[in-house]
Amino acid sequence: MPLGPYNGAATLRRLELEITLPALPYPIARLIDAALVGELTVVGPGGIPVTYPMVPLLWGDRIFLTSSVLDSSKIAHIKANPRVCFSITDMDAIGTFTGRVNIQCDARVAEDDLTAGWERLMDNWSRKDKETVGLLKARLGFPLIFERALIELTPRKTWLWPDGRTDRAPQVSVAAEVAR
Amino acid sequence: MSPRLAFPRLGRKRASSETVAAAGPGQSVADQPVALEPMSLSRVSEDAAFAPSHGPAVAGPVAPAPQPAEVSVDPLAESLAKLASFPRAVLSWVEDDGYPVNVDVDIEVRLDEGIVRFSEPAGFHVKPGSVVAITGSHVRALPEGGFDQRRHVTLWGEALVRPRGRFALSPYRAWSWGETDLPMPAAYERSLPKARRYYRALSEERGEPVRPKLSKGMIFIRATRAPFLSATFVPVFLGLAVAARTGILDLMTAAITLVAACAVHLGLNVVNDVFDTIQGADDANPTPTKFSGGSRVLQNALVTIHEMSMLAAGCYGVAVVLGLVLLVLRGSPELVVIGALGFFISLAYTMPPFKLVYRGIGEISTAIGFGPVMLLGTYVVQSRGSISAEAALISVPVALLVAMILYVNEIPDRVGDAKAGKRTLPVRLSKAAVIRGFDLSAGGAFVSVALGVVAGVLPIPTILVLLAFPLAARVHAGLVRFYDNPYGLTETMGANVRLHLLVGLLLLIAYLATIAVQTLHGPTLFLW
Repeated sequence: MPLGPYNGAATLRRLELEITLPALPYPIARLIDAALVGELTVVGPGGIPVTYPMVPLLWGDRIFLTSSVLDSSKIAHIKANPRVCFSITDMDAIGTFTGRVNIQCDARVAEDDLTAGWERLMDNWSRKDKETVGLLKARLGFPLIFERALIELTPRKTWLWPDGRTDRAPQVSVAAEVAR
Repeated sequence: MSPRLAFPRLGRKRASSETVAAAGPGQSVADQPVALEPMSLSRVSEDAAFAPSHGPAVAGPVAPAPQPAEVSVDPLAESLAKLASFPRAVLSWVEDDGYPVNVDVDIEVRLDEGIVRFSEPAGFHVKPGSVVAITGSHVRALPEGGFDQRRHVTLWGEALVRPRGRFALSPYRAWSWGETDLPMPAAYERSLPKARRYYRALSEERGEPVRPKLSKGMIFIRATRAPFLSATFVPVFLGLAVAARTGILDLMTAAITLVAACAVHLGLNVVNDVFDTIQGADDANPTPTKFSGGSRVLQNALVTIHEMSMLAAGCYGVAVVLGLVLLVLRGSPELVVIGALGFFISLAYTMPPFKLVYRGIGEISTAIGFGPVMLLGTYVVQSRGSISAEAALISVPVALLVAMILYVNEIPDRVGDAKAGKRTLPVRLSKAAVIRGFDLSAGGAFVSVALGVVAGVLPIPTILVLLAFPLAARVHAGLVRFYDNPYGLTETMGANVRLHLLVGLLLLIAYLATIAVQTLHGPTLFLW
């Protein structure tokens, strides 16, 4: 889904009504960039939600996740149904920022180069998850940890709670194509 | 698609078929294979319980997971208790438009009632009776960056309406993991079958084999377990040293012997992996380590059985050709017998119908193969067929200690080996008997050298091997302490490999010193 560049003026305003989402709104992008972990929820068989804690990696206005082939079930779920959501809810894992967000997304799985395709996200990933990346030293011993598919999330709609209080109504933004 | 992104076009191919199996009747999440989450090495998988596509939408309440006899815990109650440790949790459900929603909510876990209470999030509508998931997730952010203490638990159930806008969830299924639940290597091994299913499905989808693209050199080293070649270097170099002390060293045949012996050893390692995989022993091993459980290249989908078979054939082919060359250059009946015996032992070690290691004689055959066969074989190439008492005697400590490498490395494998019908000595014997066996063998190695010196068969400097005794004592202590801890035993297994190498090096140094001094002062110095 084509999304234009960030339009801070439109998204930084506190909104009670839905607005058109020009790009990943800055407060949300900032949360994703800071978050050590978020929750990816996919639709499992029979339409039930299945949630995976995952490290979000921001690249441009896209959210990327990586999944080892050792835990490929989420990949299979996404291939069967690309409708997912990704949330940041752990306020202790977003540094000095505050806020919670739920992002409705279309997901796509890139499996073209499982061995090295994810490496372009390495800087971002190693900043957040030093322990797993540290295992690269033992790659020959545990090679499949680093056989990873990329999951690209294209946002459609976001729900933002800037102060993290989910007992209050969220700010909702919708991607332009969805709004049309 | 944003044009400024440098990523390749992402594929939209759909999975061709099931990549994971659905949970069978009565099968609970807790007894599924372990998963590795993207951010961590984790404990419990939802793989089978939530396989994609077919199968019942939501099975009814699952039976409690089989637990070890001494543990009696209802996994749902356990998961509820885990969830109770989270003050907040993520409520997930699927909207009418087919997209899931995650919202952070306050939860109240009623352990006595077996339910979780929560309020409907502001601005959302949770459909009564719909299936929702509640996930508690935790990491601890570290000041230097990164995180640890990762754990999460998810409970599934119907959203039941309660008074005052509240909902209750009575879970019928749970899934949890924590990074401290299972050692990382064990979690990794448990997830391998799932990874192999994934590769199979992706290969079918693409119509071509898909597998990890690691360097061929690294895969070769791992597949052949080349670092264990020290077990070959020791007897070959000692055989050459004994021959050199009697003035009969020929460098060209020495080099051919070394390469041939290495080729047999590498071929043996590869054949061992092939047959252990075919016979299920390597797959049944839940706790392989870098010293035990095989190379795991087949389990990691790095190579195929066919490629491993070709590799083994290549190694043996090199060995056979070089063996024939040696026969032409230094042929003798003794060499034929020793060569044939070595070839037979290396193949029969795991190959049906012999399967020596499956019958509890793998340790003895290893002792013979990497002791007298290699050492005397090297010697008779140089001596053109004559066998000396000295060469035979010096092969005894080498044989005992190389057998101990296998013996100790079998200790962490014994659970999987027993399942696969591999009746190794650690499978057959008690802990005390196994440790006593090590003590006797290691002690026997030192005593054999001492007796050889006292008898005047071995040169006096070979008594240097006693310097390795503290390392043997360390291995003993490690066995006592870590016998039932496969990963704790890793250091001890490493020390045991070093013990064999150190004894070999000390004997070699002793022989070099003897040769040097004898060259200067005559042939009988250092002998009684």
